[in-house]
Amino acid sequence: MSRHIDTNRLKDNLFRYFGIACTLFGLLMLGVFLFSVAQQGIQRLDWQFFTSLPSRKPEEAGILIPLLGTIWIMVLTSLIAIPLGVASGIYLEEYGKKNRIASLIEINITNLAGVPSIIYGLLALEIFVRILGLGKSLIAGSLTLALLILPIIIVATREALKAVPKTIREASYALGATKWQTTWFQILPASSGGIVTGVILAISRAIGETAPLIVIGAMLYITTVPTSPMDDFSVLPIQIFNWLSRPQKGFIINATAAIIVLLAITFILNGIAISLRNRWQKKVKW
Amino acid sequence: MRTKEKVIEWLLLLCATVSILTTVGILWVLISESSVFFAKVPISEFLFDKQWTPLFDDKHFGIMSLVSGTMLTSLIAVGVALPIGLTIAVYLNEYAPKSFRKSIKPILEILAAIPTVVYGFFALMVVTPFLQQIFPQMSGFNALSPGIVMGIMIIPMISSLSEDALYAVPTSLREASYGIGATRFQTSFKVLVPAASSGIIVSVILAISRAIGETMIVAIAAGQQPRLTFNPFVPIETITTYIVQVSLGDVVQGSLEYQTIFAAGIALFLLTFILNNISFYIKKKFQEKYE
Amino acid sequence: MVKDLMSPKLIAKDVNVFYDEAHVIKNVSISIQPNTVTAFIGPSGCGKSTFLRLINRMNDYIDGFRKTGDILIDGDDIYDRKVRVEELRKKVGMVFQKPNPFPKSIYENVIYGLRIQGINKKSVLDEAVERSLKRAAIWEEVKDNLNKSALSLSGGQQQRICIARTLAVEPSIVLMDEPASALDPISTAKIEELIYELKTQYTIIIVTHNMQQAGRVSDKVAFFYIGELIEFSETKEIFINPKKELTQNYITGRFG
Repeated sequence: MSRHIDTNRLKDNLFRYFGIACTLFGLLMLGVFLFSVAQQGIQRLDWQFFTSLPSRKPEEAGILIPLLGTIWIMVLTSLIAIPLGVASGIYLEEYGKKNRIASLIEINITNLAGVPSIIYGLLALEIFVRILGLGKSLIAGSLTLALLILPIIIVATREALKAVPKTIREASYALGATKWQTTWFQILPASSGGIVTGVILAISRAIGETAPLIVIGAMLYITTVPTSPMDDFSVLPIQIFNWLSRPQKGFIINATAAIIVLLAITFILNGIAISLRNRWQKKVKW
Repeated sequence: MRTKEKVIEWLLLLCATVSILTTVGILWVLISESSVFFAKVPISEFLFDKQWTPLFDDKHFGIMSLVSGTMLTSLIAVGVALPIGLTIAVYLNEYAPKSFRKSIKPILEILAAIPTVVYGFFALMVVTPFLQQIFPQMSGFNALSPGIVMGIMIIPMISSLSEDALYAVPTSLREASYGIGATRFQTSFKVLVPAASSGIIVSVILAISRAIGETMIVAIAAGQQPRLTFNPFVPIETITTYIVQVSLGDVVQGSLEYQTIFAAGIALFLLTFILNNISFYIKKKFQEKYE
Repeated sequence: MVKDLMSPKLIAKDVNVFYDEAHVIKNVSISIQPNTVTAFIGPSGCGKSTFLRLINRMNDYIDGFRKTGDILIDGDDIYDRKVRVEELRKKVGMVFQKPNPFPKSIYENVIYGLRIQGINKKSVLDEAVERSLKRAAIWEEVKDNLNKSALSLSGGQQQRICIARTLAVEPSIVLMDEPASALDPISTAKIEELIYELKTQYTIIIVTHNMQQAGRVSDKVAFFYIGELIEFSETKEIFINPKKELTQNYITGRFG
């Protein structure tokens, strides 16, 4: 009898160590990635790298154009996706609770969230680039990414709105406010922390996207700085992809340096989002 | 004031319908372009031809080799992510002190936030050379390396969803098991995991779907040679890589080669759509169990 | 007696309420005079809160809600199709069981009802804030901290802020749904005192499960039981000389 207990205890403890090992494995891999990138790329990071145009010589090539492209994309995508996403979230959560079109929209959003990002590229290629004639421009790219991250923003908005207690709505209605007044003056301000967090995470995701932009034709090699939404463009991830497919070691180093920049932007955005979320959760203690 | 309220409601609804328009758009684009393709290429060839060579002179249009590449890398990914992710979920749920859980979870989420192009770099430049030391027969482009890296990327997906599923199992079941004198290991695997199985299965299906749709990791590290094989050491091509390959090249719009990316796209869409909806169905059906 | 000769503030005639198939208010008729405090009492689930919420139409939001009969305020049917419910709620205010201040400053809380009417002039708002907080007997405690978050106050103070918020809109009827049940005895006493003072300017209807409270603050008491209005009389009458046996049983604590 006691031998069984011993065996079971042994298995229990073994599993515990295995569990810790697996958890640390994930962290370990993360550490190895970051170290390998930092080790190779950090020496390449200098002012010249940030401000140079593309070049056939790796030592002279820089990320100015793709970096500007990433910033452009970030701004344009936000301008499109945030109002659309938050408005959709408000409709689904505050207005459309009982009707059929709201359920249809909900099903759509759930499905869209699982559609591979490259499919959005195919959609954009036909509709934005070809039919609407926008070409392979920044605006086409932003529209593509906006559609891609829309489900993320909608879900985050809904969760934030849901977290506002019913009693706030009741108090507002009892004072004679309309539904929109209640939403605008009470619900949105109270949920803004959650919404902003979700938006930042969505934008962070958009910045890292490569495949849909490749499909619409974002250039691997462009030589002019983008100055308007109709211009051709490239972004950091595409530049990284481009450099990784070249054989010269110099380009590989460039790629790692660009990765550091991309990761820095990603981590900063995520960090802001998470600290915002913590601050907001502390402030609003229902 | 009534009209203002109504107008606002309509505007909000209009924004919300964008998601329906997106779905309609995706379906329309995929179907309309593929139907042109399927008018020229019989569907039997598409499904059963063993070769995919639309860009060569001797053209074959069998999607099987692309699907094979996709499935090989995805299954390797799940083969890595499932045991590790599930172990992490069980460990965090039953063994780990709360503080450990709280600090680990955000770090694991970081894995999910890293752009896939960075993972692609890692697969090509770190994992492949490392594996080549163990398996010298492995070529520079292969299925194993991106498969493993994709697996690492989707670990948080499986661990997080499985953990939620385990957490949702009623305390009464836990107490019953511990009350009889079972260890945490026994309780976890004989009681909790079976009870949470629907949620865990959902997480696995969603992870497979995610891996199938992944593009950059395989585009960078898996190669561009469509091949019907289970060999993880040789270059292959996935559906997603093919689409990227064509997009990077000079393919004339309206040509058959152009339409192949939509045919490939519709195959990809169907695969992920079916998997996702199976998982929604399972989730819905078994969620009522504990309501 | 003179009061009864004045026209009633609120008249309910043969009111029935259904939630889908459930018949929750059965043929209730009642007439309430202005500047009185009326208490609705009765065991849990007897319909007193439901009936209260008819008066500012808060039940409109509940699925399956259906009503027959009339409710008139100052002679006008409040369920008439032409009635805008937002206007009604400026005349009929409500204080809830659990204090529910907005997560904003005290000042912002009190002026909210005015802001949604488009009133934005600072002098007007300032004056309304002072007036309302004084009427809610909390001005002295918070006048130097109007920008503090309302959530930082104690439960009793929060409830008085909610009362001030309601009064700022200048309603003529104030509905109170167990306003002190979530509060400590001292805050409860303060609220009860407040109710007594407010009745000179407002018509107050208060739902309470605390009979002593009903005895302390109200002029008239309505006893509800399983959706029916069993008895409605002067407070003294109901407690000393109830006409119905059911009322007697409830009051003496035989049930509920």
